[in-house]
Amino acid sequence: MPALLNQSIAMSATSLAALHPGDTATIASIHAEEALHLRLLALGFRTGKQIEMIRKASFSGPLQVRIGTTDILLRRVEAEKIKVHKT
Amino acid sequence: MKRIALLGMPNTGKSTLFNRMTGGAARVGNWPGITVELLSGKILMGGDMVEIIDLPGIYDLHGFSDDEQVVRHFLHDNVPDLALVILNTTQIERQMSLLLQLKQLDINLVVMLNMADEAKKFGISVDVAKMSALLEIPIFLLSAKYGSGYPEALQAITRALRYPTPGMAEHLRSQLEQDEHIETEMARVLKHTVQVPAQLSDKLTEKLDSVLLHPWLGLPIFFAVMYLLFQGIFIFGQPIQGGIAELFNWLRETALVPLLGGLPQALQGLLLDGIYNGVATVAAFVPIIVLFFLFMAMVEDSGYLSRAAFLMDALMARLGLDGRGFVMLLMGFGCNVPALMGTRVMRSRAMRLLTMLVIPLSLCSARLQVFIFFTAALFSAKAAPVVLFSLYLFSFGAAILTALLFKGRFRNNEPFVLELPPYRFPTARQMVLRGWLEVRHFLRRATKFIVAGVVMVWLLTHLPLSAVPASADTLAGMIGGAMHPLFAPIGINEQLTIALIFGFIAKEIVIGALAVIYSLSGDALSGAIGQQLDWVQAYSFMLFTLLYTPCLATVATLQSESKQTGFTLLSLAWSLGLAWLVSFLFYQGARMLGY
Repeated sequence: MPALLNQSIAMSATSLAALHPGDTATIASIHAEEALHLRLLALGFRTGKQIEMIRKASFSGPLQVRIGTTDILLRRVEAEKIKVHKT
Repeated sequence: MKRIALLGMPNTGKSTLFNRMTGGAARVGNWPGITVELLSGKILMGGDMVEIIDLPGIYDLHGFSDDEQVVRHFLHDNVPDLALVILNTTQIERQMSLLLQLKQLDINLVVMLNMADEAKKFGISVDVAKMSALLEIPIFLLSAKYGSGYPEALQAITRALRYPTPGMAEHLRSQLEQDEHIETEMARVLKHTVQVPAQLSDKLTEKLDSVLLHPWLGLPIFFAVMYLLFQGIFIFGQPIQGGIAELFNWLRETALVPLLGGLPQALQGLLLDGIYNGVATVAAFVPIIVLFFLFMAMVEDSGYLSRAAFLMDALMARLGLDGRGFVMLLMGFGCNVPALMGTRVMRSRAMRLLTMLVIPLSLCSARLQVFIFFTAALFSAKAAPVVLFSLYLFSFGAAILTALLFKGRFRNNEPFVLELPPYRFPTARQMVLRGWLEVRHFLRRATKFIVAGVVMVWLLTHLPLSAVPASADTLAGMIGGAMHPLFAPIGINEQLTIALIFGFIAKEIVIGALAVIYSLSGDALSGAIGQQLDWVQAYSFMLFTLLYTPCLATVATLQSESKQTGFTLLSLAWSLGLAWLVSFLFYQGARMLGY
């Protein structure tokens, strides 16, 4: 029952935007439209990868996250589409 | 002639390498299949002339951003004899995918692993020989910044160019869409050839970011940096600009005036006040553009521009722009022309156009000269700074209003997901080259347009020849008279209307034009204007001057950067319409309140 399995993972997962600076997590799933999905893939966002929240800009500005050796800026709207498991 | 295409992800030092290969002798050109211009340069390689084309940096050959589409279309319609792929060694584990995508296209490839020096610092070691064998592609370690590894790579390129390119079969394109096995192959190659330490530590970048991106300190530091840059450009630029103006004046008085003395008066005027002044106007922009791009190269190559985007994005996202747009908008307060050229850092065309629509509303230093003259003539020393400040507020307000109104029309679907590069020291060579290339670009694109515009305004203000120049009997005077019904409701008289026609060329000459129109200068001129106008009329004139077309150079730049006459016309119409509307509301409102 893969659909059910996905659902249970999604339920225990939080959004990337909810992490606090210093938190690390594993990417559980990415629910993005095609253009964003491709860009995220190219920047190293893959299910199962470790991701670290470095900082969040003031006034609900963008987030700085780290995957491996690459630092990435993304807006909170985009981060909402990425589900993670906190580690 | 054989062609080499330069390919790689953004921030790999591709442009630095391009500059090194071509020695800065690059030109901008159009290519079949794509609408944007690409930089290319011709160099001698192994006895033959070879053309090198700098393609935009892309993350993914199958991506859908503007740049990614440009590269795909370019490769489709102009199969190069060799693709030179630049990868950033410090990020090799994720950049390898692009190389493998290109490999599937079945074109001749040579790979350069750039930033070898940085990779070494991180403790990343690459077995180049083994990787080369696994991929069956020549691979070289390189530091484009310092030039090491460069001669070997050049030799390999020369060798590879001897083989004819296999060309690209149509079936390869469909095959390309299968991305799955790229991932497995990536893992295979990386597993055997690259060792990366578990966690990279770049202490300096971390430390700098903890201050420069600090939740409270970040923004004040950003504004301080911008202020310093801004001041720097004008502290260095204005004396040089003044010097150039004096040089042109000296040349005119000592050589051209005596030389052309024998010609009829009208022809003399056309040559000196028309064409020669047009050339001098163009020259006056050169030092500002060079300095602007010297500083911009510093901000961009150091990695700070991405940080500025991080800091300012919260506000700019609401306006449909991004953080980098704000940097350009601020720079526009110095001079609109280089700020417009600077928008090229934006990847999304829609967002770039929106930013270009907003920049001409920035109160540039030329407009400031007009405002200082008028505030001094009509307001007390105490009120003058407040009046000037209010004009800056109007400028910001107009920019925000424009962005809000047009963000729906220039909607960009580009996600804001950027890589944050580590801080790097830009080299002097990189900075100087950038300044030089941009100036050349400006001169090529804008000179004819600006000179033609200056000549046209000269003709308008001097024809018919029997009339007193810039008087009501000239063409300009007639136009001013004809437009009077349009300008009367905003409190602008006929003389000022003629001055506004001059102001279309450049705001620097508005005061000079008023001197000609009133046949007065200096204190006498400001006295006469102070007597003729009340403060409401003067402020309305200043509002109009602030918002309507900044100058011919800006229009020329809008056209050359957007390559869309429709867009340039929209920008012109919008700024004129907004100027009239704001002045109208202000003038009629103030009159209604009894001022």
